[in-house]
Amino acid sequence: MAATTNNENVLEVKDLHTHFYVEDGEVRAVDGLTYSIRRGESLALVGESACGKSVSALSIMRLIPYPPGIIVSGEILFQGQDLLKVSESEMRHIRGNRIGMIFQEPMTSLNPVLTIERQLSESLELHRKLNKKDAKEESIKLLRLVGLPDAEKRVSDYPYQFSGGMQQRIMIAMALICNPDLLIADEPTTSVDVTVQAQLLELLDNLRSQFGTAILIITHNLGVVARYADRVNVMYAGRLVESAPTDVLYSKPQHPYTMGLLASVPRLDLPRNRKLSVIDGLPPNLARLPKGCNFCTRCTYSIDRCLEEKPPLEKVGEEHYSACFRSGELGK
Amino acid sequence: MASNDHIIEVENLKMYFPVTAGVMQRRVADVKAVDGVSFYIKKGQTLGLVGESGCGKTTCGRAILQLYKPTSGNVQFEGRELTKLSNKELRNTRRNMQLIFQDPYASLDPRMTAGDIVGEPLIVHNMVKKGNEYKDQVNEVLRMVDLEPRMAERYPHEFSGGQRQRIGIARALAVRPSFIVCDEPVSALDVSIQTQVIMLLMRLRDELNLTYLFIAHDLSVVRYISDQVAVMYLGKIMEITSSDELYDHPLHPYTQALLSAVPIPDPVVDRQRKRILLSGDVPSPVNPPLGCNFNPRCQMAIDICREQEPELRDIGGEHFVSCHRI
Repeated sequence: MAATTNNENVLEVKDLHTHFYVEDGEVRAVDGLTYSIRRGESLALVGESACGKSVSALSIMRLIPYPPGIIVSGEILFQGQDLLKVSESEMRHIRGNRIGMIFQEPMTSLNPVLTIERQLSESLELHRKLNKKDAKEESIKLLRLVGLPDAEKRVSDYPYQFSGGMQQRIMIAMALICNPDLLIADEPTTSVDVTVQAQLLELLDNLRSQFGTAILIITHNLGVVARYADRVNVMYAGRLVESAPTDVLYSKPQHPYTMGLLASVPRLDLPRNRKLSVIDGLPPNLARLPKGCNFCTRCTYSIDRCLEEKPPLEKVGEEHYSACFRSGELGK
Repeated sequence: MASNDHIIEVENLKMYFPVTAGVMQRRVADVKAVDGVSFYIKKGQTLGLVGESGCGKTTCGRAILQLYKPTSGNVQFEGRELTKLSNKELRNTRRNMQLIFQDPYASLDPRMTAGDIVGEPLIVHNMVKKGNEYKDQVNEVLRMVDLEPRMAERYPHEFSGGQRQRIGIARALAVRPSFIVCDEPVSALDVSIQTQVIMLLMRLRDELNLTYLFIAHDLSVVRYISDQVAVMYLGKIMEITSSDELYDHPLHPYTQALLSAVPIPDPVVDRQRKRILLSGDVPSPVNPPLGCNFNPRCQMAIDICREQEPELRDIGGEHFVSCHRI
């Protein structure tokens, strides 16, 4: 993938390795990840549980718990600055200020014993040096921006007094406080209903076009990706298997895993009796990865070479990369 | 509605939970989790029950199985009125109706082996004594869900999420039921594993002539597996019809909004779809709005919707809708 430093890129991740050392041995949660996000772009990171997508996001924020986890090697260039080389105090200035993050479970991410006002003001006072009164006003403004009705009154409520969707809106407001250049949304809609999911994603999309914030959206939902991402990275067992602009990925998937995933989900727009193809087997244990391609145990197209060496991510089209020895012949 | 090919008939089922207050635990209000639900399922068919969290779909499934004592209403299962059965009779009947749970991590006893989890219902219902025959039956059920008999000695933590859900399915199947309530059976699983379990459930339904009540919030999955689909909102059924009809011609404004909120995993197709964005949240079931439950969020609402509750009525071709504007 284009790994040259480019001013357009807000974030460049280069050959990132994040490992966990546990009883089972060395778990390679992220095993050589390279990608970049442009200014104002929404990039989706798709994959199933335990494929390393959340760990890669936490690595960007340097929030990997040590022990057992450690970023073994790689570079994370945020606007040209390697986040893995900055001091912890500098990192604290970047976290929540220039990079915002939204988590999956709003209820466990908000502090239950503090009012919303207190939680929003904290970073306003810390990062933007506002006084109490201004911080409160700014909090109300932010809550209005994310579509919280009755913001003046509800700013003094506690998290439990809000529904899941509203809590997630508050999380988004919090992440936006300092107008970050990059917003990492880790499964932002997994715990909410579809109608609320649509509201939240619409909100994120509006904020992106309004402020030019780049969004890294981590999800397992292929529909969400199709609707809201400009580009998609597909992850499997700690590695990227395919990367492409959204339209290209869905119309001409090149990697057998992507193809399998797309063919295995029921769709509302296709005939009901459409046969779903099943990807047999389970994802590999990250502590005992196969010698060859990580997907080879479940792949119907694997050949001898797939069992022997790991396929590199190679260019297969305009901005389209796939990590499969057979990409050229399989993807039409 | 009584007919012989209806394995289950639910009539005006209500399940209220009391809200109490004060030292005397006085009943001050009710959570109307299920508020007058009626439907039937034909033998060998699957009824999908969809709705957002808190709409009462899980409560509805449990009230049908008499795991909660319904506040009022009737449930006829294979011709027997379940709400009037004694505990002993109910226990015997339960052999024929089983439940598959959502969370394969929480629903299996971590200290029992897979074999014992699957075999326990056989013992409970006195269908077989421990011994070779018991082992054979357990092995057979495990094979039905594509698990190997040698796995019977293992404990739940040794299985993946998809395999645990298979154990949950095997446990439900062990007593050879005719009716199974599947409560969000795949929502805790990964995409590729979801498909494996959906296909398994469909195969078992066809092989064993099972009837399912399939409760889920994922509309694409529900459409795929169900013959009929009922849409629930705040304790009531808004629309119920065949799966194809519901997705091709949704009539209720809530169904329309719900369907349009589901993104299609194909950007080209998705861009061409009409999107209806609902505002606000689902009201509290303690204090449902006057008139139609959906009226505060409905773009089509007129005066009558705010005053009078619409009835679920047949608009032809077994398509039932509860809306004043249809």
